[in-house]
Amino acid sequence: MSQSTESLLSVQGLEKHFPITKGLFQRQVGAVKAVDGLTFDVVKGETLGLVGESGCGKTTTGRLITRLIEPTAGKIVFEGKDISHMSQGDLRPLRRDMQMIFQDPYSSLNPRHTVGAIVGAPFRIQGVKTEQGTKKAVQEILELVGLNPEHYNRYPHEFSGGQRQRIGIARTLALKPKLIIADEPVSALDVSIQAQVVNLLEDLQNELDLTYVVIAHDLSVVRHISDRVAVMYLGKIVEIADSAMLYKAPLHPYTNALLSAVPVPDVKRRTQRDRIRLQGDVPSPINPPPACRFHTRCWKAQEVCRTVEPPLAELLPGHQVACHFPENTPQDAGPAEPVAAAGDAGDQGIAPGVINPVS
Amino acid sequence: MVTYIIRRLIWAVVMIAIVSMITFAIFFLVPRLAGATSESLAARYVGRTASAQQVTVAAERLGFNDPLIVQYGRFAKGIVTGADYDYGPGVERCPAPCFGYSFLTRLPVWPDLLNRLPVTLSLALGAAVIWLIAGVATGVLSALRRGSFFDRAAMGIALAGVSLPIFFTGIVSLVVFSYGRPLALTAPGGSFTPFFVNPAQWAYSLILPWITLAFLYAAGYARLTRSGMLETMNEDYIRTARAKGLTERVVVFKHGLRGALTPILTIFGLDLGLLMGGAVLTESTFSLPGIGKYAIDAITNQDLPKVMGVTLVAAFFVVVANLVVDLLYAVVDPRVRLS
Amino acid sequence: MSFLELKDLRIHFPTDDGLVKSVDGLSFALERGKTLGIVGESGSGKSVTSLGILGLHKGGRAKISGEIWLDGEELVSATPEHVRTLRGKKMAMIFQDPLSAMHPYYTVGQQIVEAYRIHHPVGKAVARKHAIDLLGRVGIPQPDRRVDSYPHEFSGGMRQRAMIAMALSCDPELLIADEPTTALDVTVQAQILDLMRDLQQEFDSALIIITHDLGVVAELADDILVMYGGRCIEYGSASDIFERPEHPYTWGLLGSMPRLDRERTDRLMPIKGTPPSLINVPSGCAFHPRCAYEPRTDGKATTKVPDLLETEGGHLVRCHLSKDERRGIWENEIKPTLESA
Repeated sequence: MSQSTESLLSVQGLEKHFPITKGLFQRQVGAVKAVDGLTFDVVKGETLGLVGESGCGKTTTGRLITRLIEPTAGKIVFEGKDISHMSQGDLRPLRRDMQMIFQDPYSSLNPRHTVGAIVGAPFRIQGVKTEQGTKKAVQEILELVGLNPEHYNRYPHEFSGGQRQRIGIARTLALKPKLIIADEPVSALDVSIQAQVVNLLEDLQNELDLTYVVIAHDLSVVRHISDRVAVMYLGKIVEIADSAMLYKAPLHPYTNALLSAVPVPDVKRRTQRDRIRLQGDVPSPINPPPACRFHTRCWKAQEVCRTVEPPLAELLPGHQVACHFPENTPQDAGPAEPVAAAGDAGDQGIAPGVINPVS
Repeated sequence: MVTYIIRRLIWAVVMIAIVSMITFAIFFLVPRLAGATSESLAARYVGRTASAQQVTVAAERLGFNDPLIVQYGRFAKGIVTGADYDYGPGVERCPAPCFGYSFLTRLPVWPDLLNRLPVTLSLALGAAVIWLIAGVATGVLSALRRGSFFDRAAMGIALAGVSLPIFFTGIVSLVVFSYGRPLALTAPGGSFTPFFVNPAQWAYSLILPWITLAFLYAAGYARLTRSGMLETMNEDYIRTARAKGLTERVVVFKHGLRGALTPILTIFGLDLGLLMGGAVLTESTFSLPGIGKYAIDAITNQDLPKVMGVTLVAAFFVVVANLVVDLLYAVVDPRVRLS
Repeated sequence: MSFLELKDLRIHFPTDDGLVKSVDGLSFALERGKTLGIVGESGSGKSVTSLGILGLHKGGRAKISGEIWLDGEELVSATPEHVRTLRGKKMAMIFQDPLSAMHPYYTVGQQIVEAYRIHHPVGKAVARKHAIDLLGRVGIPQPDRRVDSYPHEFSGGMRQRAMIAMALSCDPELLIADEPTTALDVTVQAQILDLMRDLQQEFDSALIIITHDLGVVAELADDILVMYGGRCIEYGSASDIFERPEHPYTWGLLGSMPRLDRERTDRLMPIKGTPPSLINVPSGCAFHPRCAYEPRTDGKATTKVPDLLETEGGHLVRCHLSKDERRGIWENEIKPTLESA
């Protein structure tokens, strides 16, 4: 994995609060803190996975990055330009470079337009090509995503779910974007088709030098396609790390619980597995628990978790976690690499000799 | 829930105020924009024989020279508290709600309207009961036996029902069932017996108009119920109800119809509200002395205050019907109660 | 005879475009206390099978043949009214999306009470107490208060618990769960799977779990039935299917899913093409257009439907390849790539 360190997208302290109004005069009584202070970078050519359960704010994050909605606070910097509050008009030229793939391949395609019109629309909107040129370009893209270019004049309903998702991807690729935000790109597809689309996304990334932010709830899919993974809980990132590290030795108890909850197709493990079972549901983002938001469901929670919010700190190189009592550290006697000092979360001391799997 | 009701109520009051403003604008502002002067407006109040000077005096007394906002204030105040009209020779009291005086009869509009209200209400409510029962029943049966002979026949008739105008179906029914028939189903045109005077006579005088009006609406409701039922019977919760082992009757009526009725309720409320402001065609066809007939007469005679009165009363019914529907919706659909 | 036994079940729907053979000759048996996982993609016929057992496949138009034996009673030839009295009482179903599967206008309690009272002549108060008991048993906190809530006032996990409570209201001996956790988050899914496992042990009922997720099946099922194009293409114990699968489609499913319990593979191994439409099921072996090993069958796969044959100890496979060929491919070609880092 040879990556430049130049970040394509940089998000700092991103917040999105949806107001809740009540009573006769619709006065604001609170806010759904869908996204509440996110900071991360996406490096050119990498895939960042965003995982979390429903209500964690991952979809809102995707829509914020593409500026389909405007952030309440914080900064989004794309290719060095601050786009946090840019007007839709100013955003238009940037939309070419930043595209979105949606979950439901059917509802995101206009049923009355042909595939040619759908995939060609971005050209026309951006005024890029002539009619003839558009057709040729569209057919090239259709071929690229594994569709028959002769199906140019067909309608979405004539395609299967997997093919529709390919159409969606083709439309996304039309303008050769630099960054693609994929929101649950495979979750509506059959298992055998999921794998096709996942492979396609990977091939396209290699071929076209794309950068992905993949938003998904399926932890195994995210591990498969991501270089780095951010785990979200109630509007905050609780852990962000290189994919291999995060899945092998998660530091945050929530990540650990999530991983342990994934059913694994291995009968032998049925009895052996050490399960962590979280109780109850994710609390409402309207009144999230104070301090560490996970403390209400965490088996390790102490008084400090209810009073002091743990900062997202780099506990191991390239591995940030927001927890007072991280897992898989020496005190925890977990299988993690020996780290000498991993006392409190603010401690950035890294023991010598720790191998950083990224480099 | 309480704030929901209060909010809906306030909204209804605001709507009525806005409607009154628009009505006022149509009847007083628009003529002015079209070139009418205070005098030409006043002329209609004092009659054709009045001298120019009388007209000028009347215009002043009726306040046509005041700023529009003052005129509207007086108009609105008249509706709420009643008004005094100073014609010169004497002051006439127009009790609340005062919609003004008829040009023709020199009588206040409201008592006249009030007299005709029972006719329209009887017509609308009676027809509504018939069309709701007939329409929903037909729709449910059609949906359950989709594609059957019954379904096709019912939907064919329904298509005819929504397409044929009242003055056609009404006259046909009059010819077939009333004029000169030994078993005339309706009394000769123009008669109406109040319910409290003689219920049998009341029903007798209204049966044909009811059926004619109900036919038009029942057709629409049958189609609406059918499509609603087809949709709800495909819902997952219907499958769940069946999986519980409920009998088909319970599945259809308790689970299916309950879900399908909600949108019908909305439309029913609005239709009823509209009709209470006067079933113009039906009342004209059957010469029933209701609000619709009153409106037609007023328009033909260019009797402005009457037209305004009818407009406001009709608007009032629509707003109230809307309010009732909104509140009923919250009762029917628990999901509405939250918001 | 087993507690539940299907013999050559066929459910066909005539449509304007042709005959849809949703289920085309399905046989299996299930005992009390055991769990059968039915795995398949969309259009494999797995959901229609479960609806067929309950007699809920769409009435008039569907053509159903074969036999369904439940506790010594044949259901295909039984009167609809008799099957109705068994539904909810002897056999019950849990659906995928509890939000759309519960009536939005009735409280959770009303819906459970209704399910109980249709089969038990008790008063409302007794049934309500029963509903509260059940809600408590499936792990809903404060059941005496939550019984009066509407489905939309519950979270997804709580709704699925309520749905389970409703299905359990009459102590059914056969419980069918159609994608019970697909609409749920992973941590909630784990809770629900645990709950179902515990309840099954408690009630000693037969459980059929229908899903596309091999992971879910591996957690719960004793036996697994893989469906494709309306037919069973492989059947066996959970370890047969996961450790010694013999059908190319099963291999494809295993190769398609990224796995958390193994090192990350470089590439997934998807099955080419798309699942067949049930109107035009490919001739011969329904899987042949997508099968990489079709050339090894000398064209048999395109003309003849392979029989479902026993390979060893109750492990059934529907494939033209010989047993040795299949085992060779699995050991030498498939297994190593699945496990390679």
